[in-house]
Amino acid sequence: MVRDLVKVYPAARGRRGRPATPEVRASDGIGIEVGRGEIFGLLGPNGAGKSTLVRQLTGLMRPDSGSVEVLGHDIVRHPERAARLLAYLGQESTALDELTVSLAVETTARLRGLDAAAARAQRDDVLDELGITALAGRPLRKLSGGQRRLACFATALVGERRLLVLDEPTTGMDPVARRAVWGAVDRRRAERGTTVLLVTHNVIEAETVLDRVAVLDHGKVIACDTPTGLKEKVAGEVRVELVWRDRAPVDVPEVAALRSSAVESGRRWTLRLAPEEARAAVAAVTGGVAFAALDDFTLATPSLEDVYLALGGRGGDGLVKA
Amino acid sequence: MSAVPLEAVVRAEDERVAAPDVAAPLGARARMVPALTAVYRAQLSRARVARIPLLFVATFQSVGIMILMRGVVDGGSEAHAVVAGSSVLVVAFVALNLLAQYFGQLRGDGGLDHYATLPVPPAAVVLGAAAAYASFTVPGTIVTAVVGCGLFGLPLTHLWVLAAVIPLSGAALAGLGAALGLLAPRPELATLLGQMGMSAALLLGVLPAERMPGFLQYARDLLPSTYGVEALARTFGSDPDWGAVLLDLGVCAAVGVVSLAVATWAYRRAAVR
Repeated sequence: MVRDLVKVYPAARGRRGRPATPEVRASDGIGIEVGRGEIFGLLGPNGAGKSTLVRQLTGLMRPDSGSVEVLGHDIVRHPERAARLLAYLGQESTALDELTVSLAVETTARLRGLDAAAARAQRDDVLDELGITALAGRPLRKLSGGQRRLACFATALVGERRLLVLDEPTTGMDPVARRAVWGAVDRRRAERGTTVLLVTHNVIEAETVLDRVAVLDHGKVIACDTPTGLKEKVAGEVRVELVWRDRAPVDVPEVAALRSSAVESGRRWTLRLAPEEARAAVAAVTGGVAFAALDDFTLATPSLEDVYLALGGRGGDGLVKA
Repeated sequence: MSAVPLEAVVRAEDERVAAPDVAAPLGARARMVPALTAVYRAQLSRARVARIPLLFVATFQSVGIMILMRGVVDGGSEAHAVVAGSSVLVVAFVALNLLAQYFGQLRGDGGLDHYATLPVPPAAVVLGAAAAYASFTVPGTIVTAVVGCGLFGLPLTHLWVLAAVIPLSGAALAGLGAALGLLAPRPELATLLGQMGMSAALLLGVLPAERMPGFLQYARDLLPSTYGVEALARTFGSDPDWGAVLLDLGVCAAVGVVSLAVATWAYRRAAVR
């Protein structure tokens, strides 16, 4: 779908009192192939180049070089075709904020080329499917964040596009709303073979809903596989989390030895260890003096977040775990 | 001996290769008129939520200015100019100022992406929004004109000309507002430009032209709202010069066409960054 995509934001000249911003390679030779009917995820920290990639896919931005092909159409040469092939759910809803949910969905359907009767029928179906018929008469800006997001998601569903590009669709949603979203996506995939490209920060969601995921960092794809496949890359490791009551008993030699490999955040230490090391570490902290200082500990198999950190992405400031 | 014709083999090859990569049919696209209607309807509905207080402000502002000017102006052609200028000021406030702010904000925070990823002709978005904002001005402009006629003792006979003045000066000013909002690099700048445009319409439109210094009269001639003001002012006379009224309205229409074309171009440019 995407080949050798390059987008460079030119270096900006500095103005008075502001330093010059250097050139940013927001897409640095990205190549991704997404199969039809697949739910494909883009994962990465803020500033990794996810949005830039999505803007190029949706025809909102021209790449400097490389090609973008959506469902067999060349989007670099015919950017106007993107709007007829895909539905895009961006992060901003300002264009719709002052409309009622019902009118926002109906207008979007009309603008996807449906006639008035079809637009109204699809509006009713989609609102019903997502369980927000009761909100139909309320303006979007008066809704809570999650409800507003769900209403915007409804606008992406009308007009039945074969590709849905969703930029963090479930931000701020409660579990019921999330389930409505993934239910609607699954139905479309089963019935029409709809392809979904999902931009996300939410690692847990990524693990459960995605068929494949590409991890982006600094405008490059640093890994691309199924969530399970990615996790196998760090399968030899176990994540150990230790929470101390007050402060870590660093006077205990075993604990002091662990400190070098721990990521500390307040009272919490996170370690990635080989299974034997993990066993030894747990034995050390659950026996003797250290146990008195221990509040809680967990052992877990690696998650996508661990994969991401192990791949050498920018640690700490990266993914937010929901 | 094989009896399979060569073409059949080639075709079979082609199909096998082409099948997984065949281009999906393009989805429907919105045609101009239904898209324009849909945008217009959606924009108009925003008035109920967000615009009504601002319409009151626009009307009160104009009525206030006329009350102020009553102490300065003593009837005659100057009174015509004040009433016409105040009425068209409502159009400038809403169509120029508020539309510039709206598009500036939409462009600034990525709201344009919603329209830009829908298969809509750019002109439908710009014209739909401009038409809606011009429509917002109708009640305020009529109220201002009627109150003004009452204040200065002018005849209501030819106020029907508002039916042409509002849409035509509305088109000119809304086109200008949309273009300013879409071309301004930052939303604050769009707001500033909109405000300045409205201030210009206020100063150059409401104050009687005869008392202005020469260079301001030239500036006045450059401002599209002036021609709406002049057209309306002429009809307050006892024997209006309809040819001149038509000419003024023609200028409004021409500016409207040009500025809406520029706004459409600016929209295209803003949507694909």
